[in-house]
Amino acid sequence: MTAEQFVFVVAALITLGSAVGMVTSRSVFVGALWMIAVFGGVAALFILVGAGFLGIVQILIYIGAIAVLILFAIMLTPRVMGDPNAPRYNRQWPLVAVMTTGLAAVLTVLVLRTDWPLAQEGTPVITGFAVELGKGFMTTYILPFEVASVLLLVALIGAIVIAREE
Amino acid sequence: MQALDRLFISIGRAFNSFLSQFLPPTAVTVIGMFLSAIIISTFAALVFMFLTWLERKFVGRMQDRIGPNRVGPFGLLQPIADAIKMFTKELITPEGAHKVAYNLAPILAVAPVMMFFAVIPFGRDMVAADLDVGVLYLVALSSATEVAILMAGWASRNKFALLGAMRAVAQMLSYEVPLVLILLALVLMAGSMQLTELVAAQGVPFALLQPVAFLIFIVAAAAELNRTPFDIPEAESELVAGYHTEYGGMKFGLFMMAEFIAAFGMACLVTTVFLGGWRPWIIPLPSWLWFLIKAFAVLFVFIWFRGTFPRLRIDQLQAFCWKFLVPVTLLNVIVTGVVVTFFPIVRDGQIVVQGAGGWAVTTVVYFATSVVFGLIIAWLYRRPTQQALRQIEVGRPAARGLSQEVQAA
Amino acid sequence: MKPYAVIGAFFVVGLILPLVTVIGATLLSPRKPNPIKGDIYECGLKTVGETWVQFKIQYYIYALIFVIFDIEVVFLYPWAVAYNRLELFALVEMLIFAGILLAGLLYAWRKGALSWV
Repeated sequence: MTAEQFVFVVAALITLGSAVGMVTSRSVFVGALWMIAVFGGVAALFILVGAGFLGIVQILIYIGAIAVLILFAIMLTPRVMGDPNAPRYNRQWPLVAVMTTGLAAVLTVLVLRTDWPLAQEGTPVITGFAVELGKGFMTTYILPFEVASVLLLVALIGAIVIAREE
Repeated sequence: MQALDRLFISIGRAFNSFLSQFLPPTAVTVIGMFLSAIIISTFAALVFMFLTWLERKFVGRMQDRIGPNRVGPFGLLQPIADAIKMFTKELITPEGAHKVAYNLAPILAVAPVMMFFAVIPFGRDMVAADLDVGVLYLVALSSATEVAILMAGWASRNKFALLGAMRAVAQMLSYEVPLVLILLALVLMAGSMQLTELVAAQGVPFALLQPVAFLIFIVAAAAELNRTPFDIPEAESELVAGYHTEYGGMKFGLFMMAEFIAAFGMACLVTTVFLGGWRPWIIPLPSWLWFLIKAFAVLFVFIWFRGTFPRLRIDQLQAFCWKFLVPVTLLNVIVTGVVVTFFPIVRDGQIVVQGAGGWAVTTVVYFATSVVFGLIIAWLYRRPTQQALRQIEVGRPAARGLSQEVQAA
Repeated sequence: MKPYAVIGAFFVVGLILPLVTVIGATLLSPRKPNPIKGDIYECGLKTVGETWVQFKIQYYIYALIFVIFDIEVVFLYPWAVAYNRLELFALVEMLIFAGILLAGLLYAWRKGALSWV
């Protein structure tokens, strides 16, 4: 097993383990902390693929901005912060268990059967990722770039309208 | 001089060849990586200890008192006394605190600031990890410290800690935007996010090419570090001790360490992107010595701020950020973009400014643009500035018509 | 890949160094817990009420606006590093992008979303 494979296994285990922890945690705040660990694991996976820029952006945006936003939301709603003794299961759990197991089985079969296009052995990792991205933004993908700014504007206005109405 | 400059590189290389004699190359690389991490982290910790002494001495002198002078000559062993105190103080965990998060928070606060120094070029060819997205990586690390602060505030089960944590994080979030936008302008000028490229592109230090951005960056950096005049989150009279109220002994020491090392890291960043990094200025000294001199000069400016300015209120500091700094830095990016189009420093990845004449022209153009930009901004914001100055005037005892004796008191 | 490996090493060392320090401190420090010491600090009085923050939406709004601007900045960084290899049109494209977001900031300003009231 090469070093890269080893790091991949570790990163994957961290991501999956944290995801499980996030879903099964008793308090919402701890769940949010597990979520941050998931983001960190995903960032490591991005870096392993060679998209270092995206990995750093993952940490910057997801951990630095979105996770903080979610933590703020959790801290500002007292009832959510509260009751660790609330019931964790309701009466529909057998049906849900069957459905999720079925879904997991379908997905597993799908993933194993698909003919994924793999990179050839020895394909060089992209260097200068951010530069290529920038060039792409300005030439081929200029429309999505500008639409993204409009999207951000809409998000900003929408958030302010909703937040100010209370 | 050449030998002195490459001192650390030679030591590293000698050590590497020594190890290669009886270890496979992979093991040598891995050991080398961890060793450089340990050495740089220890260096940062030592700087932290020295910095605590430096700050108390300088602020003391600015406040017309002596500062620590009992322990060792000039109080230089004071940090050691502080360290011994930290190690032997009882670690009181408040009841009902979330054990894991409470204990993890100080460690998670220190880890990102240690990682800061991985990409900083301390001297010629002396960078641990020459990342091609270096600048963005540093910004991402500052974002990561906010999570540790929120953890600390929540896990303490203390109202003041929670409030202090939220205020500290709100402040750090807000001031990251102007910080990142100014770095964007610099990256635009240098054509790369790689810190070594940024140093290479500074034939003339960027502080001269963009003086307004330099000043704004120092201010925003002080706010990002939760230092005076932006230290509302840890002001004693405001929120007890903010997010580290319930932390005692070494855990509190770790938060202090995180803060001071972050200050040193930010000073290193300012040195690298604004002051030309390890590039010597006139006097020929080893490159790493120049770097340290410049970094400590920036730290001195931060300490100077602490000894001079009163604190800003939270609403003042947020308004200052969002209503002044963000629009100004955004406009700065646009202006820099325009200037770079006609007077590029880098083109297609190569530096295109030739010789002293070329650099002189570049400097004059950029400096003049920056000054004009600064004057336009000052004019646009003249009314709020006059209002603020009037408020300071009104606060003075003479202006309020108080008697002479009260004024003298 | 090499630089990221070094960063990984720094991360590990950055976690272990404080961990060792805290363990050292736990070994060296006295441990005499009593209920008064363990109480939450509230200026010398007993804690009143549950521990949650007064609902002040301004914190959330600042974080929200920060997310928007953070994403904008992430779009601008590739532009900045690629700019020296592109022509003038790239400047115009960025002006449109930044202009739209500046308009958003002005909207937020006028609606009072930026004031800590």
